[in-house]
Amino acid sequence: MSTDTATLPVGRYAYDQVDRTFLSQRVAQFREQVNRRIAGDLSEDEFKPLRLMNGLYLQLHAYMLRVAVPYGMMGSDQMRALAHIARTYDRDYGHFTTRQNVQFNWIRLEDTPDILEHLARVNMHAIQTSGNCIRNVTCDEFAGAAADELLDPRIHAEILRQWSTLHPEFSFLPRKFKIAISGSPHDRVAARFHDIGLVARPGPQGRPVFDVFVGGGLGRTPIIGVQLRDNLPEEDLLAYLEAIVRVYNAYGRRDNMYKARIKILVQALGVEQFREKVDAEFALMNRADYRLDPAIVDGIRARFGIPDLVAPADAAQNLAADRRADPAFDRWVRTNTHPHRNDGFICAVVSVKPDGGIPGDVTADQMDLIADLADGWSFGEIRVTHMQNVVLGHVRKDRLRDLWHRLVAAGLGTPNIGLVGDIIACPGLDYCALANARSIPIAQKLSARFADPELQERIGRLNINISGCINACGHHHAGHIGILGVDKRGEEFFQLTLGGSAGNDVAIGQIIGPALPEDETVDAIARLIDTYLVLRQGDEQFIDTYRRLGAASFKDAVYAPA
Amino acid sequence: MPLLENGHIVDDAWVTVTGDDPIPATGAVIVPFARLEEGLARAGDTPLGVTIGPDVDVALLRPALPRLGLVAVTFTSFRDGRAFTQARALREHLSFTGEIRATGKPLPDQYEFMLRCGITTVQTERPEAVSVWQQAHEIISVAYQPSILHERAQGLGFRRFVS
Repeated sequence: MSTDTATLPVGRYAYDQVDRTFLSQRVAQFREQVNRRIAGDLSEDEFKPLRLMNGLYLQLHAYMLRVAVPYGMMGSDQMRALAHIARTYDRDYGHFTTRQNVQFNWIRLEDTPDILEHLARVNMHAIQTSGNCIRNVTCDEFAGAAADELLDPRIHAEILRQWSTLHPEFSFLPRKFKIAISGSPHDRVAARFHDIGLVARPGPQGRPVFDVFVGGGLGRTPIIGVQLRDNLPEEDLLAYLEAIVRVYNAYGRRDNMYKARIKILVQALGVEQFREKVDAEFALMNRADYRLDPAIVDGIRARFGIPDLVAPADAAQNLAADRRADPAFDRWVRTNTHPHRNDGFICAVVSVKPDGGIPGDVTADQMDLIADLADGWSFGEIRVTHMQNVVLGHVRKDRLRDLWHRLVAAGLGTPNIGLVGDIIACPGLDYCALANARSIPIAQKLSARFADPELQERIGRLNINISGCINACGHHHAGHIGILGVDKRGEEFFQLTLGGSAGNDVAIGQIIGPALPEDETVDAIARLIDTYLVLRQGDEQFIDTYRRLGAASFKDAVYAPA
Repeated sequence: MPLLENGHIVDDAWVTVTGDDPIPATGAVIVPFARLEEGLARAGDTPLGVTIGPDVDVALLRPALPRLGLVAVTFTSFRDGRAFTQARALREHLSFTGEIRATGKPLPDQYEFMLRCGITTVQTERPEAVSVWQQAHEIISVAYQPSILHERAQGLGFRRFVS
């Protein structure tokens, strides 16, 4: 693929020769580090941060390689490379993560340099998908397409990706550091559950300004981020972020990894004192060195391919007719699409959560099919969502039904986006060395229990999040219904939280009562949902009914004798 | 490992005073931060350096900096990245132009990060050959953010060539 010419990849930054040189050097560097490890020149303790910064974890049974998908955007060629890796080096599947990345769970250390080399051929890598550094910057899955968007956040996400790549000062932070960026007034990135959340909108002279939230996060100590700065001018974006991360690097705790995130520092200092420190650092900096000049932004923007959005004048009418003709298609359009800024187009969400399936798992064949569909329907562009699904961002409305037929045939047409079947689950004890409980079987049982699409739609918007331990990788605190796996005397138990939300109505879910045994958990949630269906008023969604009535109304249902 | 500068072994012109050892009256001496006043009390033209731990706010060195020819920052572990911020603050905010020396237990793989944060020399007990450090310095030629070295820009964004 030539990216130095007019054929720029749609929706993401096009690498040039310098970027490719960097990637190949990085692969060579890691190959050397692996050799030193195998020769015994590096201890496992010393090797660990080096492999983590190349996305390589040691899990319960094998190494896991987490491949970066910057701001969730990739091309069909890249998806095919992932399919190849799944077939060649893993067990024929991969897993989409809540940070919009892709994980392979059965990797051999000695294969990793070759895998990274294969990724580099399609301008991909696993840099900083782990480790105590700035991680993959996440972004709105409908960026550059959504009707409600004010500003395409991907350009600045790319600028932050580059800035944070092998940052000399910030590669050995007290703990990991996650940044999300949105350009829509509707928060689809959980901005206030990030170390730094950025919400961009157009400012004076058409240049963006940013609201900066800091110190949010889930994990063992869920905290909603505070607004540190509003209307930050674009030209100061990097300087201000440098100042925040520098204060964190200097003062964040290093004595206890569970208290090392920036949220703990912000809480310990208080937001005013934290802001004073950041402002003092910011005032000292030579801002000219860090100035994000409009010309720099425009230079990066020019490396992004733009879809040629041409649709027949009657595209929308055709879609309306297709919907009338086929109720199953109509249902899928209701649940699995998002309005596009261009009336002839629509965003399609491909659910990789089939009834009874494992959330986020995709086979190599499905990856190849998604790549083909992206080429045929969406300019070769693919987005991984933080809900562990896939978005084809620019589908012509009059061609949507054809796409749906293909998806259904491949088991990728489940109409459950945003509904009870759209469960987020961490890998849990099936893979993870930290987990107390198996998240995946609970997700599968719930998904099978509520498979009926009519029932799902009647239940309405309902986010279920499952974490296998208190590290909260399944973001259970942010789920309308959160499920946390705990260990009680060697048995797997599950604790329920209610009322969490990651959007504009951000909230941390509250524990409803004692944890339940594994075999009672799904029934308890079914009773909880039945109770909501009885108690709901008008067009209330679950979260509305919960907020109106509080936990007490649901407690009896959860703990009713079986 | 002997003292490393720009990927090469150099002679160490400094004597490091540890603990309560007496401070020599003459010659280039590095004193612990806790004994900085004692060091400053020596004759005004004798070269003086100071070793700081990772928890020291480098702004505290401001009054002494005109007298200091060297600041040694400490990697108590390769996992502790505070020395990077200290070095960068010394260069950027305090305009320190003397030697910044990394001590303690950094990894060779961190060498390029050190250089780009303003560290100039490394004194460590690591067993690796100098060639491993040299390679860590040379293996990656592209960087994506400003640094105190003000490297040559390379077209797009903040990208630059570093070696």
